[in-house]
Amino acid sequence: MSVHLLRRVVESLLILLGISVVTFLLLYLLPADPARQIAGRSATVQTVENIREQLGLNLPLYQQYWHYLTNLLQGDLGRSYLQKTEVSELIAARLPATLLLMAGAIVCELIIGLTLGVISALWRNSRTDRVLTVLSFTSVSAPQFVIGILLLYVFAVKLHWAPISGYGTFAHLVLPALTLGILGAGWYARMMRSSMIDVLEKDYVRTARSKGLSRGRILFRHVIPNAILPIIAMIGIDIGMFMSGIVVVESVFSWPGIGQLAWQAIQRVDIPIIMGVTLVSACAIVVGNLLADMVAPLVDPRIRVR
Amino acid sequence: MKKHLLAPVALAVLGLAAPLPLLADDAANGGSMIVTYKDDVSTLDPAIGYDWQNWSMIKSLFDGLMDYKPGTTELVSDLAESHTLSDDGLTYTFTLREGVTFHNGRVMTAEDVKYSLDRVTNPETQSPGAGFFGSIAGFDAVASGEADSLSGVTVVDPQTISITLSRPDATFLHVMAINFSSVVPKEVVEEFGEDFGKNPVGTGAFELSDWTLGQHLIFSRNEDYWKEGLPNLDQITFEVGQEPVVALLRLQQGEVDIPGDGIPPAKFVEVSNDEQFKDFIIEGGQLQTGYITMNVKMPPFDNLAVRQAVNMAINKERIVRVINGRAVVANQPLPPTMPGYAPDYKGYPYDPEAAKSLLADAGFADGFETELYVYNTDPNPRIAQSIQQDLKAIGIDASIKSLAQANVIAAGGEPDQAPMIWSGGMAWIADFPDPSNFYGPILGCAGAVPGGWNWAWYCNEELDAKAIEADGMTDPAKSAEREQMWREIYLSIMEDAPWVPVFNEQRFTMRSPAVGGEDAIFVDPVHVPVNYDYVFSTAAQ
Repeated sequence: MSVHLLRRVVESLLILLGISVVTFLLLYLLPADPARQIAGRSATVQTVENIREQLGLNLPLYQQYWHYLTNLLQGDLGRSYLQKTEVSELIAARLPATLLLMAGAIVCELIIGLTLGVISALWRNSRTDRVLTVLSFTSVSAPQFVIGILLLYVFAVKLHWAPISGYGTFAHLVLPALTLGILGAGWYARMMRSSMIDVLEKDYVRTARSKGLSRGRILFRHVIPNAILPIIAMIGIDIGMFMSGIVVVESVFSWPGIGQLAWQAIQRVDIPIIMGVTLVSACAIVVGNLLADMVAPLVDPRIRVR
Repeated sequence: MKKHLLAPVALAVLGLAAPLPLLADDAANGGSMIVTYKDDVSTLDPAIGYDWQNWSMIKSLFDGLMDYKPGTTELVSDLAESHTLSDDGLTYTFTLREGVTFHNGRVMTAEDVKYSLDRVTNPETQSPGAGFFGSIAGFDAVASGEADSLSGVTVVDPQTISITLSRPDATFLHVMAINFSSVVPKEVVEEFGEDFGKNPVGTGAFELSDWTLGQHLIFSRNEDYWKEGLPNLDQITFEVGQEPVVALLRLQQGEVDIPGDGIPPAKFVEVSNDEQFKDFIIEGGQLQTGYITMNVKMPPFDNLAVRQAVNMAINKERIVRVINGRAVVANQPLPPTMPGYAPDYKGYPYDPEAAKSLLADAGFADGFETELYVYNTDPNPRIAQSIQQDLKAIGIDASIKSLAQANVIAAGGEPDQAPMIWSGGMAWIADFPDPSNFYGPILGCAGAVPGGWNWAWYCNEELDAKAIEADGMTDPAKSAEREQMWREIYLSIMEDAPWVPVFNEQRFTMRSPAVGGEDAIFVDPVHVPVNYDYVFSTAAQ
């Protein structure tokens, strides 16, 4: 087990290194010059040249990457080109908001997804099941900005049940977490449904029934706990999906997280911020997958490590 | 339903507001307001900040030697009490106001003015505004790194500073009013280094009391501000990361006082029809022109007749309708409120038939194919489509290249990449209200270099010489003559037709009933977007 863990950690580090190389290359091949962005429209050619030199943008690409990597290994993500602030400080200031949003989204998707999945499985092939199936597919395929704006319009603008946007209280969290979680809820509803159906047909359930246990007891003691196990392991993978969603959701709800930071940096070619946020997100995805891998054998001993 | 619920509140506020003072000078102090912006505030360092959202925040935190009368483009003395100009037009001597203190309590002196100018021109500061100071003697030595200090700037005594120029420059007092010349305290800049932009200390009406990155900034009244009775408000909260549409909804629910990004195009018709809020909409001109550039180095736009034909092919009124009439049609580079504008100039008429025959005479009877670069945010792609249709009508097949802002700017800075660019979203907004500011970087030879902003690559050396001559006329008595010279320069440019001037955008913003002040300060042409110092709270009156 520990050898396996070590191997997975080394693999993860290599993946992160690969991501840093690819992101770095892509950003520097962009047809937009960061030195010109910083220098502004009234700058002379000499000013632009000076800035390029100070930032080391005139060096060959491999040297620039090497500088970046050596600084990175010392925990230095550099300073933003336009804000002049430490990138690590900017990310640290916004990370709690993103983590809170992701936690909220996980709670939403589990509550909604698992409940709907159980209902679908119990009333399999009924009208309710069919309606829920359509709903799940809709939630999986609807773009998040559409869902976000719809929720905003109905619950904040029309009904005044939630604040329109902002950050700070529980009420502010509800709509963005719901928007981000609804996508996963659709998946979980489908997975929970099939997992439940599987378990409901198991011999031990039949045995429990023939022993005369009550329906509720069978459901809550034998069926749901067993059906839920394979799904819990999926949460790690969700983090990756959230990372792609937060850019949109944070922009719609003015949520001050790293997605919004990334979006603003992309518009202005602020390369150190884009690199920083990409690496932090990549770390989150890699760690999420690692956790999912580690948790899976614990909840289901049949998944053996090779 | 929302309307009915809010109506009594609004009426009550209006009732209270009845005896409101018209001028900010008479307004009682106190109260607070909330202003929102979409984009985060990058920095509050006056040597660095060059964004829509931080421009007037910096003006409220810092002061310079000169400023403008609120809501106008009229130059007035600010930290300088008075100034004189030597007979050769080269040396300005400024006498500073006594007893002005920084937010840290220290008295501001001429040494601080000198330090601030040395700092902004030093290449290590990486100021986007360094180029504005090119006429100060010793600028080249500082810009190239040979000197640390501008030789032309001399501290005469703690209250007097003299600035010598290397050439007469009629725009110099405007330069002393832009943010980049704000006076900063050396000891604080040195204490915070690159983080000064997050810990700004100036002499301005407000001081920064809290900044939660990515969320909000809080400005509090500077109790020792040297302008008596100002600022009016005790506190301003700037909330960032707020989409303009959301900001407007929040304003209508009483949660926000000013949407800093103005009224978004998509909501414009709706709010103008809203009985309750339509009286709180404020319209103002801005020193801006939206234009199409044609790269005169790229065939067939190297042909004057082709450029003139394009000028006659564009239906500008339809483009103004595309943006719900939020602009006025333009026929020359300068906006109407800029000195040097030619009110009698008729421009190229909209005449597709004449344009077609002009093209045919130039040897393009069958038209040609070209590319139109455009910044990819609304409404620019829609405007580009309108231009595309107009060009199609005279036989020109333009494919639209809709890209991120930085990529369009980069393409325009290459001599052979972008044949046509629609400037929307990146268009020139004047740094200061003087006709010269619309020339050098965007129409002069200096801007027609790789990485420059002269995307038409138009370079007319005769006009460059005339521009230098005009800017050498520093004698205030000759200002009308100078204005006339600039007028002639822009009309000569129109004869060469490197641009199609399309429109001058109007700004539309709103205020909540809870704040007041003259309309002009909410659409201030210089303290863009809002002159915060003069806004007052209606509850405090």
